[in-house]
Amino acid sequence: MIEVENLTVEFGRGAATVRAVRGVSFTVAQGESYGLVGESGSGKSTVLRAIARINPEFGGAIRVHGTPLTSKRSRDEARRMQMVFQDPYGALHPRHTVDAILREPLEIHRVGDKDRRIKAALSDVGLGPEFRFRYPHQISGGQRQRIAVARALILEPEILLLDEPTSALDVSVQAEVLNLLKRLQRERGLTYLMVSHNLAVVAHICERVAVMNRGRVVEELTASTLRGGEPAEAYTRQLVSATEGYDREAVRGYVTYE
Amino acid sequence: MSEAKLLEVEDLRVTFRTPHGPVEAVRGVSFALGRERLGIVGESGSGKSQTGRALLRLSARNGRVSAKKMVFDGIDLTNASERTMRRIRGARISMIMQDPRYSLNPVVKVGDQIAEAYRIHTGASARKARDRAMEMLETVRIREAGKVYDLYPHQVSGGMGQRVMIAMMLIPEPDVLIADEPTSALDVTVQMQVLALLDDMVRERGMGLVLISHDLNLVASFCDRVMVMYGGRVMEVLEAGRLHEAQHPYTRGLLNCLPSLEHPQDMLPVLTRDAGWLEEAR
Repeated sequence: MIEVENLTVEFGRGAATVRAVRGVSFTVAQGESYGLVGESGSGKSTVLRAIARINPEFGGAIRVHGTPLTSKRSRDEARRMQMVFQDPYGALHPRHTVDAILREPLEIHRVGDKDRRIKAALSDVGLGPEFRFRYPHQISGGQRQRIAVARALILEPEILLLDEPTSALDVSVQAEVLNLLKRLQRERGLTYLMVSHNLAVVAHICERVAVMNRGRVVEELTASTLRGGEPAEAYTRQLVSATEGYDREAVRGYVTYE
Repeated sequence: MSEAKLLEVEDLRVTFRTPHGPVEAVRGVSFALGRERLGIVGESGSGKSQTGRALLRLSARNGRVSAKKMVFDGIDLTNASERTMRRIRGARISMIMQDPRYSLNPVVKVGDQIAEAYRIHTGASARKARDRAMEMLETVRIREAGKVYDLYPHQVSGGMGQRVMIAMMLIPEPDVLIADEPTSALDVTVQMQVLALLDDMVRERGMGLVLISHDLNLVASFCDRVMVMYGGRVMEVLEAGRLHEAQHPYTRGLLNCLPSLEHPQDMLPVLTRDAGWLEEAR
């Protein structure tokens, strides 16, 4: 479904060039959930943004359904691939009602039957019809993220790009959004590409995970290998150890990996 | 836990005047702090940060703080003059905020900011302060302290900025440190390294630490005791090591709804809240 081959992304030029992504390759099968994890600066979000062409300049190849992506995204691609962002406060237009937010993609893509689709999209993400004419500031963070998911799904895409979809949410709300994402994937056979710094969240949603550091994939492993605590790479083991909580002795042994 | 109490709080209340009527952010919180690591956990709006701020009288202007008792080392904080509070803030009770980007002065070199904190509280010479600041940068494990001293806040990374903040807050050697989500903006490994520093301060100097966080597992693995807050009230206080034996349905609910590497579950249990948790036992 998604093939990424030797992807590179650079920012700036000359001596100030930052090589944010340095030769990343992976493939995601149809209906699969694939996770990219790493710390800040690892390039995980940049990979996602290159696929969405928010960063239109990239090296290497990205193919979706076998079709190579160019720096300009077509309307058809947008319909098949949608993105959910980290910050539900920033992702929704503050002066648009929920109805206007959900209507916009339908208008751009000239999809009919708008009212029915808007109502269905709301109920799909577990929100009642009373939310339809509210503004983003009138609803909670978790409800906003549900609206962002509803907007991404209203065009019935095959692929959802998820950029830290729950990291701005409280844990109880995170659980609700993760359950929603899992249910929607099952019901619709969606393909997920999810970026997160939280190993437990990624392992919960994804079957396979690529661990990134400094623009490279350190290792690719299954969620069960990640859970089993026996990743091949020392970098991944350190990340797992840090995720499990504070351990005075372990912290002393931390190494910076270049 | 030590028998000598650094801080004792009884029935702390913080109420904000708003156009929509008063909002009670903290509703009757009581606790005591010894030379230990106390964690305060809760979701947004639980009142955990407002509890920390009220101790230093840093609540926003529309807030009113009241308490039956709020005593630090024999000083009554409820009636202390502003002059007394200025002597306590920074020197004796210090606070680390979440985001170094908003807490550091953008136009002053980070080293000078640390030195300034030392000079204000000790009246030391500029030269002495510079030496101490340099030592402090090394204590918080910043490599090439001499080079970092002359950098401005925008030139350092988030993790380094947070260490600078910690150095600044620790240089007057406070008795109590209130750390409000000190590591939430940092990567997990850096987060653990910063906690190790705070850990050293508690062990080596006998400082009392209040760690405010939304991360239950982090607090459980780091602190001695954990106070769980919801809706401005304390739900329960636990020995950190026994968090997983928590009885209160809110704490249990929070623990269960976390995805876990060790205990995979298909769907996560969703927290159901009970209005009764907010009722006051009077």
